[in-house]
Amino acid sequence: MNSKKATWILGIAAIVVAGFILMAGTKGSQAASAQDNAPKTVEIKIDNFSFGPMTLKVAAGTTVTWINNDDVPHTVVSDNTKTFKSKALDTGDKFSYTFTKPGKYPYFCSVHPKMMAEILVQ
Amino acid sequence: MGKYIEKNLDHDGIDRRGFLKCMAWAGTGTLCLLQGGVLNSYALGDVLQQKVGKLKGDLSFVQISDSHIGFNKAANPDVTATLREAIAKVNALATPPSFVLHTGDLTQLSKPEEFDTLAESLKSLKTDRIFYVPGEHDVLNDNGATFHERFGQGTQGDGWYSFDQKGAHFIGLVNVLNLKAGGLGSLGNDQLEWLEKDVAKLKSSTPIVVFAHIPLWAVYPQWGWGTDDSEQALSYLKRFGSVTVLNGHIHQTMQKVEGNITFHTACSTAFPQPAPGQADSPGPMKVPAEKLRSLLGITDVNFVRHKHTLAVVDSSLA
Repeated sequence: MNSKKATWILGIAAIVVAGFILMAGTKGSQAASAQDNAPKTVEIKIDNFSFGPMTLKVAAGTTVTWINNDDVPHTVVSDNTKTFKSKALDTGDKFSYTFTKPGKYPYFCSVHPKMMAEILVQ
Repeated sequence: MGKYIEKNLDHDGIDRRGFLKCMAWAGTGTLCLLQGGVLNSYALGDVLQQKVGKLKGDLSFVQISDSHIGFNKAANPDVTATLREAIAKVNALATPPSFVLHTGDLTQLSKPEEFDTLAESLKSLKTDRIFYVPGEHDVLNDNGATFHERFGQGTQGDGWYSFDQKGAHFIGLVNVLNLKAGGLGSLGNDQLEWLEKDVAKLKSSTPIVVFAHIPLWAVYPQWGWGTDDSEQALSYLKRFGSVTVLNGHIHQTMQKVEGNITFHTACSTAFPQPAPGQADSPGPMKVPAEKLRSLLGITDVNFVRHKHTLAVVDSSLA
């Protein structure tokens, strides 16, 4: 094999490798952006007559799911009683709401109104 | 806490501050006698052994509460069975009660089938009539429409009402609707206005009995055991010589006298709840099966006309 041919092959190989790297890179960044746009879900647990965590920060577009682990029914109701309002959640029941707009969303349990918490959407 | 009751066994009425606070599990048995606005307490054992004389009255009624039909968790997997035991206890009373008050939380989840079971079970009660007020568990998803349709016929507003029996005036109040974030039980302006008018026509000598689900006094606000606008309601009752307030919600007996007003909470027929602040939350208290029935019960109230006497007797299902 003469040196000219070897250089040519090396060149081809370099291009192929670079291509792979480029493709991998593109693929990687595509995956990352897809992840950013994918709906995120965050869980809030209701235990011992309280929401945990009591203050939750999420990005706009996040879906928050509450799960009731207590032996008594609870509800998840925004303080204005309009933005979101769950039915009574029995033990193990879940309720979800997707927060699309940034802002502060205080909420409570309308059965036990001393149970208060908030979602901060950024 | 029981010492407050024992202290009063001397029959010397309440202390000079006009304030008595006592608490006892239904199993210990307490009888409270209201005489001209003064509460005397006796151990139920003494009453049954007739150490305090025979208690006669013009009117006797029974309070049952917090049946939570539909609840099936560890604290009591068969709440219908314990309700039936409570009914049997009422039916065993020497004098059948004129009527029975159910002070709310008939059901666990406001389901039609739960209301059905409750109503069906109570048909065996030997009494002329049953009066109801809703608990927060009875108004869960429809603001009380199902409860109202079945148990609130002929009532005012969101379900409040009054009636007269043997010279005493009975008032059923609703304090479990439209609860606000961070708040307690709530009566609301419409009900308060109605109450003011309802009692305006009565003579101050009329004995008043108020019943509602959530306590109308601050038992333990941290757990929501109180009613935001109860003071306003009670202010309309200040001129009356004898006022008795009967509540449920906290699944344990507790009594307090403030001036002319005697407060009393009843046991649940379903499951006990912890004493204020004695647990992380007011959720159902899990107790050994053999202990459960001593923590459930009924309340028997005996009213003697002319003497302004109202005797409140708690008895457990054990």
